Amino acid sequence: VEVLGMSLVMVVTFVGFGLLIGTLFGFFGMGGSFLLTPALLVMGYGSDQAVGAGLAFVFATAVIATMKHRDLGQVDYKLGVLMIGGTTVGLEIGKELLNHLQEMGLGDLVLGIVYVFLLGGIGLFVTRNALKDADGGGIDHDADQDVEDAEIPEIAQAIQSYHVPPMVSLKGGYTISLWMILLVGFATGLLSGFLGVGGGFIRMPALFYLLGVPVPIAVGTDLFEIVFSGGIGSFLYALDGSINLSIVMPLLAGSALGARIGSASTSLVDEEDIKIYFGLMLVGGSISVAAQQLGKAYGIEILNTVSIVIIFGAAILVAGAVVVSAVEALREEAVEERASPAD
Amino acid sequence: MFGIENLTGPTKALAQVGLVLLEAVILYVLYGGLSSLFSEWITDAIRGE
Repeated sequence: VEVLGMSLVMVVTFVGFGLLIGTLFGFFGMGGSFLLTPALLVMGYGSDQAVGAGLAFVFATAVIATMKHRDLGQVDYKLGVLMIGGTTVGLEIGKELLNHLQEMGLGDLVLGIVYVFLLGGIGLFVTRNALKDADGGGIDHDADQDVEDAEIPEIAQAIQSYHVPPMVSLKGGYTISLWMILLVGFATGLLSGFLGVGGGFIRMPALFYLLGVPVPIAVGTDLFEIVFSGGIGSFLYALDGSINLSIVMPLLAGSALGARIGSASTSLVDEEDIKIYFGLMLVGGSISVAAQQLGKAYGIEILNTVSIVIIFGAAILVAGAVVVSAVEALREEAVEERASPAD
Repeated sequence: MFGIENLTGPTKALAQVGLVLLEAVILYVLYGGLSSLFSEWITDAIRGE
């Protein structure tokens, strides 16, 4: 039986995988696209199709998130629009770079290697922070935080002190060189165009640490940026015929539902309790891509199967842990309420 | 698929991105409606009520 031009089994697989990454994204607020693109690589899709699907997925997810938070938090539209300029150039160059590598027959290999280090690095960072400190470290993604309370990091203060004209005044009452804004936009665009990710995990820290944008404004402006970079990136890849709707549409159908389950679970389960598994899952993703590349290089068929089992198994385990913990929390809550009916 | 096979170039690319956007909006409305209809029922079922 064929649906959307592919077998029903594949459609169900993509809806199921979408459900998993949607649950993870909804719960942890990240990890949608940087698990999707490597998973598609592991499944044997070419780097252009994997990145194209990643970008289209990022675009749709950001649109849904924007509709959910209609006011977009606190967006600095001037900063967002200026960054789009740098992002668009970065996207185009990232895509051309991947196209060029693919023409040389190196696209899948280079993308695979980059993902091995990216997933491994972020995974180890998250795991180490989860082990070290319950507070995690990194940036608090709380959009409700008071803008005035946010401290400007030292690096950002140094960057803000460079007066390379033209200077731009931004929301929050500070000025910064236009070139720095374009540079941050360009760098995240380059990553998006090359890796098929939204780039939020780079842009958020860059906005905060490099430009000194207060966290609540960084969160809103990041989302605003992802809608545009995802949309422009999808369009650029679609122009090359690299957007496969048979992959994107079922993935999205699953992930939009998963995102609701994941975000509903955040009020029931402490993220810190599960974060270590999330970190280990990313490390698993890294090992999976490495195994697939090795299998391909040396013609070891079993490594390909192993890599698929690792990446899907890790996602199933962590998404399962989120859902099971949420169900247990709800049941415990009900038992406690019955035990103390006076409240 | 969806009658866009015959389109070419930027028109086809725009149509594809437009379809992804349309699906996102439909899913937002559809799952939003389902959530408000069934979330309480599902929560009660899990809580054993």
